[in-house]
Amino acid sequence: MIHRIELTIKPHLSDPHGQKLLQQLKALYSFPIDNVRTLSAYVFQNSANPSTVSELCQSVLADPVLHESRINQFFGDEFDFDWYVEVEYRPGVTDNVGRTAQETFEAWLGNPFAEGEHVHSLRGYFFKGKLIRSDLETITHQFLMNDLIERASIISHSEWPELRENLLSIPEVKLTNPVKVETFCFDSSASLMQFSRERTLSLNFEEAEVILDYFSQPTILEQRKAEGISEEPTDVELEILAQTWSEHCKHKIFNATVDYFNTNTGESETIHSLYKTYVKGSTARIRESMGKDDWCVSVFSDNAGIIRFNDEWNIAMKVETHNSPSALDPYGGALTGIVGVNRDIIGTGMGAEMIFNTNVFCFASPFYDQPLPPKLMHPKRIFEGVRLGVEHGGNKSGIPTVNGAIVFHERFLGKPLVFCGTGGLIPAKINGTASFQKTILPGDLIVMVGGRIGKDGIHGATFSSEALHENSPATAVQIGDPIVQRRMYDFLLEARNQGLYRCITDNGAGGLSSSVGEMAQLSNGCHLELDKAPLKYPGMQPWEIFISEAQERMTVAVPPKHLRAFLALSESMNVESTAMGMFNDSGLLKASYQNQTVAFLDMKFLHDGLPPMNLKAVWTPPDLKEPEFELPGNLTRVLHSLLGRLNICSKERVIRQYDHEVQGGSVIKPLVGVYNDGPSDAAVIRPVLESMEGLAIANGICARYSDIDTYHMMACAIDEAVRNVIAVGGSLEQIAGLDNFCWCDPVESDSNPDGSYKMAQLVRANQSLYELTTLYGVPCISGKDSMKNDYHFGEIRIAIPPTVLFTTVGKIADVRKTITMDVKSPGDRVYLLGETQDEMGASEYYDFLGYLGKNVPCVNGKQAKRRYLKVSKAISEGLLRSCHDCSDGGLAVALAESAFAGGYGMELDVAELFGKSAIRIDKLLFSESQSRFVVTVSSQNSEKFENLFTGNACYYLGDVVENPQLMIKRNGESIVNETIWDLKESWQSTLR
Amino acid sequence: MKTPRTLILSGYGLNCDKETAYCCRLAGGNTVDVVHTSKIIRGEIQLKDYQFLIFIGGFLDGDDLGAGRVGANRFKYGILQRTDLKLHDQLIEFVEADKLILGICNGFQVLVKLGLLPATGNRHNIQEVSITSNANNQFENRWVHLKVNPNSHCIFTRGIPHLYLPVRHGEGRIEGDREEVLKNLLVRNQVPLQYASPENEVTERYPDNPNGSPWGIASMSNQKGNVMGLMPHPEAFHHFTNHPHWTRLTFQGENSEEGEGLSLFKNAYRYLND
Repeated sequence: MIHRIELTIKPHLSDPHGQKLLQQLKALYSFPIDNVRTLSAYVFQNSANPSTVSELCQSVLADPVLHESRINQFFGDEFDFDWYVEVEYRPGVTDNVGRTAQETFEAWLGNPFAEGEHVHSLRGYFFKGKLIRSDLETITHQFLMNDLIERASIISHSEWPELRENLLSIPEVKLTNPVKVETFCFDSSASLMQFSRERTLSLNFEEAEVILDYFSQPTILEQRKAEGISEEPTDVELEILAQTWSEHCKHKIFNATVDYFNTNTGESETIHSLYKTYVKGSTARIRESMGKDDWCVSVFSDNAGIIRFNDEWNIAMKVETHNSPSALDPYGGALTGIVGVNRDIIGTGMGAEMIFNTNVFCFASPFYDQPLPPKLMHPKRIFEGVRLGVEHGGNKSGIPTVNGAIVFHERFLGKPLVFCGTGGLIPAKINGTASFQKTILPGDLIVMVGGRIGKDGIHGATFSSEALHENSPATAVQIGDPIVQRRMYDFLLEARNQGLYRCITDNGAGGLSSSVGEMAQLSNGCHLELDKAPLKYPGMQPWEIFISEAQERMTVAVPPKHLRAFLALSESMNVESTAMGMFNDSGLLKASYQNQTVAFLDMKFLHDGLPPMNLKAVWTPPDLKEPEFELPGNLTRVLHSLLGRLNICSKERVIRQYDHEVQGGSVIKPLVGVYNDGPSDAAVIRPVLESMEGLAIANGICARYSDIDTYHMMACAIDEAVRNVIAVGGSLEQIAGLDNFCWCDPVESDSNPDGSYKMAQLVRANQSLYELTTLYGVPCISGKDSMKNDYHFGEIRIAIPPTVLFTTVGKIADVRKTITMDVKSPGDRVYLLGETQDEMGASEYYDFLGYLGKNVPCVNGKQAKRRYLKVSKAISEGLLRSCHDCSDGGLAVALAESAFAGGYGMELDVAELFGKSAIRIDKLLFSESQSRFVVTVSSQNSEKFENLFTGNACYYLGDVVENPQLMIKRNGESIVNETIWDLKESWQSTLR
Repeated sequence: MKTPRTLILSGYGLNCDKETAYCCRLAGGNTVDVVHTSKIIRGEIQLKDYQFLIFIGGFLDGDDLGAGRVGANRFKYGILQRTDLKLHDQLIEFVEADKLILGICNGFQVLVKLGLLPATGNRHNIQEVSITSNANNQFENRWVHLKVNPNSHCIFTRGIPHLYLPVRHGEGRIEGDREEVLKNLLVRNQVPLQYASPENEVTERYPDNPNGSPWGIASMSNQKGNVMGLMPHPEAFHHFTNHPHWTRLTFQGENSEEGEGLSLFKNAYRYLND
C-alpha cells in the first residue's frame, strides 16, 4: 500500500525554516501573509503495515525532541491554515533526500524496496493570511519551486477535504515506448540536418556531409555487413557522433582555421587553431625556456592540468563552466557544476584527491527592476540558487571553497556564468609508477562506477553548444548528489591505492559516449554492452543509455585479474560497479544491446573525422571617445558610492556560507584582517599538513573592459590573477594559469550578423594571452571554452560581454612568510607601487558616472614583471607588513579596504604622485591602471624597502595612524576625509 | 596502560579525517587509524581494540533527514554482520570502560541523536536533546570565542582557559523539548564550552553565538567527562597559520607554532597515558 509520513516541528519550538521563509516572502512581496509553517513528508509504496511504518518513523525518521509525526494522516486536518502548497520533484529527477530515506528504511526494515519502488520526499507549506490563489501561484512558481524539475499542488482550506487524497500519488517514471534501435536513411545532407534539428543534435552542414560520406564508403559498408549491422546509421551512432563532435566536447571554434583581418592596421593573417597557436603555443614556449626546471607535469592532455608540488606530490587543477544549466535551474546547475569538476580531478592521472574548490559567478544586478524577457529568471533568484548549489556541492563534499569572485554586468541577464574549479593532490608516483600516465591494455574491462543511468541531462553537451531558445529541453538539467559521489570517491581512492584499476576518467558531458569513447583511444577500440548498464527505471532506449549525463559516475579500466577484488571492495563500501564490456585494439568503437551490434564506428573517423571549421574575424576598433565632465565636488562621497558598488562591495554573506577551512590546511582565508572581514587578495593553503610549503590561489576577470578591447581585457585578467598571487607572497618562479573563455557566438550567420567581430575579439584575447603569459612565464595548464552564451527570443538578443576567467595557482615555499592586505600598526608607512595613468575606460568610476570611455587599462608587462620580482623578494625578506592589489575602483578603494580591514586610519598626501602622474585628482584616485599595489612597511624597514624599489615607481603616500580616519590630502588640502567605519559600512551594506 | 590506540571513523559523507588524524598524531597519538565505518559494521575492525574514538565532522548521508540522524541510526540499529551484537551496545561498553569519545560537529550531532550525550543518569540510549537548524537557517563558517567552564568534569577541556575556534555548520542550535533539560545540563556542569563575546561573556547574540543556541551552549559532556561533543572544530586550529588573522599576531615560546585546538587532543592523550 501507499504510505505517507508527515513531520512538523513541535508547535512550541521554533521553526527557523518557516521563519526565514516568512521573512523572505515579506521582503519580496506585499501579500498579506501572517504565518508559514513547514512540513516534510515521505510517500512510498511498501507492503509493510501501518503500525510497522509508524514504528519505522519513530525509530529512524522523527526526532523525538523536535518532531511531531503522522502516518497516513494529514496535519492539514488539524492545522489552522488558509492555503497549503506541496512541492515534489517531477518523475525521474534526482531526489537526494528520498534516496537517503529509502536507504535508511531498507536498513531498518531489513529488506530492500521492490524494483522500481522509491521513497519520494515532499515539502509542504501551510500559509495563514488573506491570500488569493494568484498570490500563492506567484509565491510557488517564483520562489518555492522550479517548474522545470518540480511540480506543486496549491490547495485552499475549502478544497482541502476534497483534494487531500491526491497527495498520496507517487511520481514514478513510466516509459511506454518500446525499446528499440532505429536506423535512418538520409537522401541528402539537408535531410540529415533536418533530423539533427528535430533531435537537437546540433550538427552543422559540413558535419552532415562528412557523416553521409562515411556511410557511403564501400569498405565501411562491407565492414558493417560483416558485423551484422545496418548499412544506414543507427540512432545510437548518430547520437555518439553528435556528442563527440559537439562544440562542448570538440572545441570547434578554438580549433578552427581563422582568417583575421585588422582594419586598423590593414594587416591580415590566417591562424590555424587559436588553441594550438596561442594557448598551447605559449605553454610550449615557456616549458622550453624552463628547460630541466620545468615544473609542468601534464598539460592539456588529461581531465586537468598537473604541476609539480614537491618531490613527492603533484597538484592537479581544472576549472569548468556550467552556464546553460544554471540559467534553467540555478541550484541544480551550479551543484552539478561543482560536483562535475570534482570528478575531473578524481579522474586525473591515476585519480587525485580533491583539496580545494574555487567559484566565480557572473550575474546581472540582483536589484534589476525592469521587465524580464521571456524565459529568463530574475538575477536575484539565479544568484541565490547558484550560491546554494555551490554551498551544497562544496560543503557536503568536504572540499574547502577557498577563492572566488562575483562579477556583475547588465548583459549577464541573458546568460549567467558559473565557473567552478577544483584543485587536486596526487602522489607523484603510485605503486611505483608515475601517476600522471594513462594506459589501457586490450582486454581490460570497462567498468562503470557510481550512480545509475536515467534520462538525466540527455543532450547536455549539444545543448550547451546552443543559445537558449524557445524549445530548450528540460531534460538538459541534472541534479548532482554530493554524498553518492563522496562514497564513490572514498572507494576509488582505496581502489587506486590497492592498484585495482589501470585507468580512470569521469562521466561528464556526453556520458559514456564521451568517457568510453575517449578511453578507447588509449587501447584503440572497445566493445561496450549497453544492456549491462544499471538503470534508474526500465524502458530506456540504447542511445539514451549511451549519452545520458546521469551524475556521480566514473569509468575505469580494470585488468581482468583484479575484477573480482574491485567489485568486492565496491560492494563493501556501498558503491555500485558494473562491468560493461572490454577495451580492445580493433580500431573500432562497438556497442551492442542484447547481443545485437547497435554502433560500429571507426575510431579514427569518430575522433579525427571532423573537418576544421573556417571562420572569419574582422577587427574594427569600436568608435569610442573619452567623456568630458567636471571634477565632482565631493570625492569622499564618490568613494562611498564606489565602495558600495556591486563589483567592489563585500561578498561576506556568500563567503561565510561556504566552508573554506575543512581539511585543515587554511593559511590565508578569503576574509582577513582584525575583524576577519577584509577582502583577501588570494587564498593560501597547505595541501600537505606535514609540510610548510603551500599554494596560493587567485583569479582575474575583467569582463567590462571587453567593450573597449578584448586584447586588454585578457591582459588585465592575467595581470590581476598573477598580482593577487604576488600580493600574498607568491613568486613568478612558479605560477600556473588556467584560462576559461566564455564568449557570445562568434560564428557569423544571418541570425548572428556581427559574428566576425566577436571572432576578432576572440583572436585578440588569445594574442594577448600568448604575449603576457610568455612574458611572465606563467604557463596555462588547462582551460575550457563555452562559446554560445547568447539569449535570443523573438526580437530580443542579449550577448554577454566576452569574458575570460584567468585562474592562478602559485607555489609558496614557506607559508609562514605570506602576508595579508590589512594594515597592521600605526606608524607603518604607506606606499603605492606602480604607475597611475589616465586609464578610466570601462572603469567602475566611469560606469558609476554613466560613461564607457576609451582609455582601457593597458598592462606594461615588462615593468610589471620587474615589480613582481621585487615584491616577492620584499615579502620573503619580511619587509612588507601588508600588501593589497589595486583593481576595481583604483587606489582610493584599495587604501580604504586596507585601512578598515586593519582597523586603523591613514594620513596621506598624494602631492608627489599627483605631480608625477599629471592626471586629474579624481582619475588619480579611481584609475584602474594595472600592476599596482598598496603596501605598508614598518618604519625600521623603510630604508631597505625604498632601496629595493628605487627606480620602480614607488611612491610614499603617508602613514598608518591610530585615529580611524582615512585622510587623503594634496599639499595639505583635504581630498578625502572620512572615518574608516563609515567607509566600511558603505562597502558592507550592499549585499549584507 | 599500553600505548593508547585511536580510531577515527570515516565514510558516508564524513570529511575531516585527514586533519583530525594529523592533530591526534601531533598531540601524541602513536596509533591513529582512519577506518571506513563499513569495516566496523562488517566486524573487520573492533571497537574494543581502541581507547579513543572520534566521530569527526562532515555531512553524514548529506544530513538529508536532519544532521547526524542517519549516521546515528547506523549505530543505533546496526548489527555486526554475522553476529547478533548491537553496535550501540559496543559503544556503551566503550563509554563504561572509561575510554574516550570525542564528537566534533557532525560527530556531536550523532552522539546526541544516539543518546550518548548528555546521557543523564548514565543512560546512554535515550535522545534527550537535539541539535538543529541555526536560528538564521543558514550554514556559516566563522571563528568564535568559547568560554570554558572550569567546573566541568570534561577530560578534554581540563586546564584550558579559553578557546578560539571556527564553526562550520548549518545545524548547531541545541534544542530541548523542555527548557529545564538544558538548564539542568548547565547546573550539572555538563556544558564545558559556551559561545562568548571577545570579552569572554557568554552570549546568545549573533554572530558571537553563530546559531542562537540557548545559553550559548556549544558543547556537552557526559557526567563522567569521558564523552564530549562540540560544534566548533578544534582540529581546524592545529597550527598558528590556521588563525584567521595570524598575520597580525606574534607567536612566541616553545610551542609557538601550535594552534589552540590541539589542547583538547593533548588532554585526551594525557588522560589515556596516565
